[in-house]
Amino acid sequence: MEPTNIAAPEYFHKVVDCQWACPAHTPVPEYIRLIAAGRYSDAYMVNWRSNVFPGILGRTCDRPCEPACRRGRVEKEPVAICRLKRVAADNKDDIRDRLPGIPVQKNGKRIALIGAGPASLTVARDLAPLGYEIVLFDGDPKAGGMMRTQIPRFRLPEAVTDEETGYITEMGLDLRLGQRIDSLKQLLTEGYDAIFVGSGAPRGRELELPGRQEAAANIHIGIDWLSSVSFGHTDKIGKRVIVLGGGNTAMDCCRTSRRLGGEEVKVIVRSGFEEMKASPWEKEDAQHEDIPILNMLVPKEFRHKNGKLTGVVFEKVQAVYDAKGKRSLVPTGEPDPFFECDDVLLAVGQENAFPWIERDIGMDFDKWDMPAVDAVTFQSAIPNVFFGGDAAFGPKNIIWAVAHGHEAAVSIDKFCHGEDVKDRPAPDVALISQKMGIHEWSYDNDISNDQRYRVPQRDKEVSLKDVRVEVELGFDQKLGYAEAERCLNCDVQTVFTPSLCIECDACVDICPMDCITFTANEPEEELRHHLQAPANNRTQDIYVSPELKTSRIMAKDEDVCLHCSLCAERCPTGAWDMQKFLLDTTQAGPACRSR
Amino acid sequence: MTYIPKPKLHHPQLPTNKLGFTHRDYEGSISTLCAGCGHDSISAAVIQACFELDIQPHRIAKMSGIGCSSKTPDYFLGNSHGFNSVHGRMPSVLTGANVANKDLIYLGVSGDGDSASIGFGQFAHSIRRGVNMLYIVENNGVYGLTKGQFSATSDKGSKSKYGAINGDSAIDMVSIAMQLGATYVARSFSGDKSQLVPLIKAGMSHHGAAFIDCISPCVAFNNHVGSTKSLDYVREHNETVNKLDMMVDHEAIVADYAPGTVEMVTQHDGSVLRLRKTSPHYDPSDRIQAMNYLQERAAAGEIVTGLLYVDPEGTDLHDYLNTVDKPLNELQTEDLVPGSEALKKLNESLR
Ligand SMILES: Cc1cc2nc3c(=O)[nH]c(=O)nc-3n(C[C@H](O)[C@H](O)[C@H](O)COP(=O)(O)OP(=O)(O)OC[C@H]3O[C@@H](n4cnc5c(N)ncnc54)[C@H](O)[C@@H]3O)c2cc1C
Ligand SMILES: Cc1ncc(C[n+]2csc(CCOP(=O)(O)OP(=O)(O)O)c2C)c(N)n1
Ligand code: SF4
Ligand code: SF4
Ligand code: SF4
Ligand SMILES: [Mg+2]
Repeated sequence: MEPTNIAAPEYFHKVVDCQWACPAHTPVPEYIRLIAAGRYSDAYMVNWRSNVFPGILGRTCDRPCEPACRRGRVEKEPVAICRLKRVAADNKDDIRDRLPGIPVQKNGKRIALIGAGPASLTVARDLAPLGYEIVLFDGDPKAGGMMRTQIPRFRLPEAVTDEETGYITEMGLDLRLGQRIDSLKQLLTEGYDAIFVGSGAPRGRELELPGRQEAAANIHIGIDWLSSVSFGHTDKIGKRVIVLGGGNTAMDCCRTSRRLGGEEVKVIVRSGFEEMKASPWEKEDAQHEDIPILNMLVPKEFRHKNGKLTGVVFEKVQAVYDAKGKRSLVPTGEPDPFFECDDVLLAVGQENAFPWIERDIGMDFDKWDMPAVDAVTFQSAIPNVFFGGDAAFGPKNIIWAVAHGHEAAVSIDKFCHGEDVKDRPAPDVALISQKMGIHEWSYDNDISNDQRYRVPQRDKEVSLKDVRVEVELGFDQKLGYAEAERCLNCDVQTVFTPSLCIECDACVDICPMDCITFTANEPEEELRHHLQAPANNRTQDIYVSPELKTSRIMAKDEDVCLHCSLCAERCPTGAWDMQKFLLDTTQAGPACRSR
Repeated sequence: MTYIPKPKLHHPQLPTNKLGFTHRDYEGSISTLCAGCGHDSISAAVIQACFELDIQPHRIAKMSGIGCSSKTPDYFLGNSHGFNSVHGRMPSVLTGANVANKDLIYLGVSGDGDSASIGFGQFAHSIRRGVNMLYIVENNGVYGLTKGQFSATSDKGSKSKYGAINGDSAIDMVSIAMQLGATYVARSFSGDKSQLVPLIKAGMSHHGAAFIDCISPCVAFNNHVGSTKSLDYVREHNETVNKLDMMVDHEAIVADYAPGTVEMVTQHDGSVLRLRKTSPHYDPSDRIQAMNYLQERAAAGEIVTGLLYVDPEGTDLHDYLNTVDKPLNELQTEDLVPGSEALKKLNESLR
């Protein structure tokens, strides 16, 4: 193998699994250490810079970081990264004086943002402090997008949404709430230097089956129904409810129903329980609220009596695999089950809708009739129109909307300064030794043996009575500390200086995870089999040194390293050092520009 | 030395042995030796050897004297029996224990100071009595624990860390062991576990007095230019006569070596030693030739390593003493006081 180039920022970035997996590249271990140190406001600000909505995300994030977390590979469960974010948000002081100032003297550029969801709010947050004049449109009366209208209050209290959207809407924006944009053509004539489309994916998918029209009064599109609950227009539902669909929207629909009078609420999905799109913890929460999830049932017909819904007929299916292992759902031939109900909620998918974007203004549309958007720059065929969030590539989640927002803001800033938007800025990285003494490090290298802590929940009797009562209570400071201590500090890198190594084997002998091997160099495939312990996780790199004195190389499998520093403590010459790798993505502003 | 305990977590795909243990289960408490000490590598080799031999830890008794080397039994086999004797007295304590309970596997761990100075006589007698044990000297040429004075194995002319030249002749522990009748003699190097681990395994399986002189650089006091026990010096002057593979279960033997280059030796307990010769004319079953060869190479400034001598049919102290099969510590009053009838019979037989 070629010696590893540790100077390339992506090498050590990849070792920080959580930060690498986070779409906004939040420096996770950095904020977790700050929480352990009781520095909640500092932890909050580290988050705020990267992900903009720490209090909201600390309750609702899809948390792609957690399946990636190294802790999950060395024991049962990953660090509760997401819920630790909430600990920072819950325990911080008033942070308003830490927010960036807004220049009185503007820079002369006007930007229109369509939609006030997380994507647009991120663009606003990145550009307003630079002196841009921001005009923010949303058809809804309040900012927040689906964070406010879709995510039920029992998961996300409105006060948290108000607070974190408020930090941005108070940045001197020109707020045009309650104002829908009906024509992009018209807006393009209004002299904006750039336009950002963050209008989301607002249309819930239909399910056209016999009986749909006749029983319409009791069949609701899930996301429309949820926003109607959020706005207070809907406050009850029938006693027997069937939710169709297996994603997170279905989970929110069924749990909301339980709080609005639904006594017998069930979720019914076409395929298997395991293949459901909903996150495992969302399914768990629904089941905990006595909501059964029935699978392998394909809806066939809505039954009704004189236009009043009576129930749904299903066809029972089973999974059959062909020779290639491809799965199809085939009817079992059993009699069609019929489930009685008073209301049905449809949560079978979500789509984009751009009726307000004219087809003759120079915008390219792809084969799915979606505007063509560049995956890196977020620019459309109209050079000063950018997209982000669910509007860009279909429905995702908040943290992706935020990540898009940051990148789009960089593009807009460069575009407004006459620069090539394709020329992307490198991240800001620092690598700093953590050595304080022979056995002293400026981080806690002692590895906690604790298993993942559960977030305390409010008593079901209480939380099922009111749709606005938050179910999760969050970790208190003590639990937050204990959970934070489970983090392995993956950003504190093992850095090897080959010229200092005397090949005494001390690091090999002490390493609790058998990460390090001194061996003859070989191609990667062979090398992976000839290490102290098998290196079967191909997604994790092998850190390889140049040839050493005995003509062997040092090879370290990054996969399960605990970042415990023992190799560095045992090294007599300091060939190993523990160095903190801090990576901040470059955001809009002078640093992202080349001139 | 380290302040945090070694984390309990281990590699998820760590192999287990026949007892279901990983090599981590053979560890002891965390080492307090200097970072980089050769002795820690020997501890790691002992751990690996016991893991590979599928030994139940309670079947081992580890004995040592005084010195950094003698501290190491604390750092491996945390679930085995152990005794840390006074300086140089490990051999007699081990001999006593062995006489009392021959069922345990005895591992004597010592230093060059502990065995070649204050304990020289003890070392000699335990070897010549053929005590069934593996005796490892972790040889760094200095008294590490007392800050690096020359030991008796330090080569004449070698230089101390602070510039003094050693004027005394060196004791070669390997030659002495051979001369005194050890039936398994090897020399190895802490920096080469691929050589050391099989040598420890074979030595622990050997019946009789097995001895390994393991050169183990003291990074604090004897790893400088001018030392003949430094990592660099040993690597440059190491002449390996053979490579040992140790097979416990007569596993399939892959014959992929040129004829005459591999030799199979079956030991008393059935274990098979496969020796790949790297020095074509070296014959580890010929004691006289081996001793001559060692002298010759030493004069040329080489350090000969490998399995230097083995008598697969080794005998031990209990064989000479003709003790009963049962370990002495298990004999009950009825065994020891057979009664007047038995006494009468004995007296009859002597008439
Ligand atoms: C039921 C449900 C639950 C969810 N739960 C989670 C969760 O727990 N965690 C998570 O990360 N994600 C969740 N999501 C997804 C998440 O809400 C979205 O991915 C995210 O809000 C997308 O952000 P956005 O900025 O792209 O658009 P949105 O949040 O959708 O905001 C778009 C805004 O644009 C406005 N708008 C649209 N068209 C126009 C127009 N023409 N003129 C003016 N304004 C317009 C809309 O009124 C809206 O306010 C959930 C989604 C649903 C439906
Ligand atoms: C009776 C007695 N005499 C002297 C000492 C001092 N002493 C302690 S360790 C040691 C030498 C140890 O040398 P060695 O066996 O080579 O061990 P190393 O530390 O080099 O591994 C001596 C002389 C002692 N502890 N007891
Ligand atoms: S252990 Fe900590 S630093 Fe490592 S991936 Fe998990 S959360 Fe991130
Ligand atoms: S920090 Fe060093 S000793 Fe600890 S697990 Fe990683 S490689 Fe092994
Ligand atoms: S003094 Fe020498 S022998 Fe003793 S622990 Fe330190 S390096 Fe090892
Ligand atoms: Mg010594």
